[in-house]
Amino acid sequence: MTVALNTARVSPGRNAQMRAEALAGYAFATPALILIIVLLIAPIVVVFLLSLTDYQLGALDWSWVGLTNYSDMLGDRVFLRSLGNTFIYVAIVVPGSVILGLVVAILVQERTKSKAIYQTIFFLPVTTTLIAMSVVWHFLLNPALGPVTSLARALGFSDFDVFGDPDLVLVGLAVIGIWQLVGFNMILFLAGLTAIPRDLYDAADIDGADGAWDRFARVTWPMLGPTTLFVVVTTTITAFRVFDTVAVITRGNPQGRSDVLLYTLYKVGFQDFNMGPASAMTIAFLVFVLVVALAQAFIIDKRTHY
Amino acid sequence: MARAPLRTDRLIGSVISHFFLMLGAGFILLPFVWMLLTSIRPASEVFTAGFNPIPSSFAAGTNYSEALTKSPLLQYMWNGVLVCAGILAVQLLVAIPGGYALAKLSFRAQPVVFGLVLFGLTVPVQVTALPIYIALANLNLLNTYFAIMLPFFLSVFGIFLFRQFFKSFPQEIIHAARLDGFTEAEIILRIITPSAVPAIAAFAVFSITSHWNDLYWPLIVTTSADHATPPLGMMIFRDQETGSNYGALMAGAAIITAPLILVFLFAQRQFVRGITMTGVK
Repeated sequence: MTVALNTARVSPGRNAQMRAEALAGYAFATPALILIIVLLIAPIVVVFLLSLTDYQLGALDWSWVGLTNYSDMLGDRVFLRSLGNTFIYVAIVVPGSVILGLVVAILVQERTKSKAIYQTIFFLPVTTTLIAMSVVWHFLLNPALGPVTSLARALGFSDFDVFGDPDLVLVGLAVIGIWQLVGFNMILFLAGLTAIPRDLYDAADIDGADGAWDRFARVTWPMLGPTTLFVVVTTTITAFRVFDTVAVITRGNPQGRSDVLLYTLYKVGFQDFNMGPASAMTIAFLVFVLVVALAQAFIIDKRTHY
Repeated sequence: MARAPLRTDRLIGSVISHFFLMLGAGFILLPFVWMLLTSIRPASEVFTAGFNPIPSSFAAGTNYSEALTKSPLLQYMWNGVLVCAGILAVQLLVAIPGGYALAKLSFRAQPVVFGLVLFGLTVPVQVTALPIYIALANLNLLNTYFAIMLPFFLSVFGIFLFRQFFKSFPQEIIHAARLDGFTEAEIILRIITPSAVPAIAAFAVFSITSHWNDLYWPLIVTTSADHATPPLGMMIFRDQETGSNYGALMAGAAIITAPLILVFLFAQRQFVRGITMTGVK
């Protein structure tokens, strides 16, 4: 490597150059470093410390309460329900949007003339304001005025109110989640698909794998491994952060069946200003996200050699 | 294998794949189509329309002007423009030099800074929200544009993206520039930044989309309509209109989503590049 070659014949001029470079490095990295400390590291430390107190916004007195907030949280019905709902939501959205994203990517990739149009259509929800589209979805599925229920009624199904039915509400929200994420996952899978060398398909062909399914099972799927892992991890984290649709459409209703983690965190922290419990929830949220990220790093590490 | 069956195979395959793709496209487009149709439907018809797609009379004028006069939609969008522009400007000013330092300059703290950037990539904004909110509240800065922008001045994603992009910039050119007497600042301004236009475009599109659409943070730090960004404005509008005027509400939704859809249609390539550049390495 050039670095090794250069250090082999260090000269005074070279030394000065290295000092100048290091100086410039510090100078250019400093704004980033300051923001990282002020906006990332310090808040994380503070939120952890807050989780050990009973601090309330505006209150002058506060005291350390140890792990009380955490033990309260683990016994708190609303928190546990929110966590459970969030997991159910994730469990629907992740497989739904990953599988559909993969199917769409494979189908779109084979198209020639219509490829660009399909790609644009599927990607559209990724860029549009989810709040505005949530209002539209709410209207679409409105039991009295919405076209979906009217259509179902005309086809002879009984009336249903997706966002008012405790058993359907998470499914309804998950459909919107899938609607929004399919295009994003499609783009990632398309990138993964174009990176598969064509010779592999030719080789598989010679080996007798000429059916579409054979080609998928023997070449596409194994070669997409790293992409799939990445897509699953990003989708999991995105789905875990569900907030917008809940805030606009259901606000946790009916009967708390659509309370999700971030919405509960928002209510406890920013509507009731109970900073201690909200901080404990924040730490729980961070731990989950970090676990998913670490799991990804760990799995990638184990299978990079292919 | 004979040629003829292969061709019919292909044909059947393509019919099937078009069928599924169109089904999917219909699902994706449904809310967009319904939003536009309802936005031109007279209020009286909304309640009786059912799944009738085509309005029997048009009320686009009424609905759109009502959306614009009943709520300060243009103010919300102007707020959105200001907030996005401010965030993007600071992000670029921090991330380009930072990315360059991490990619091309060697200094002792470099691995630590890069490690922090990687760590930051996994931390969602909701984690840092509480302390930043408390600080802003204590400094009496809630309900300002600054409050809406502050947490996003740092984009570890931006730093990471530019670092990856600059990594592949030829070292010889930087060497040659140094020999020609360029300072490091001049190298960034006159060589590195112009070379990074595609990355800047991809990042800009990414940053604008996420902050135009963000609800969580603006909802926390703004309570007034004066500084509300489009999603928050949409929520305020919806809350005052519930159940009464769906035509105007859908017109409002169409107005608020239009700018980004236009940006997307013109800059689709940047979007896709932005996702794939950092996504699948």
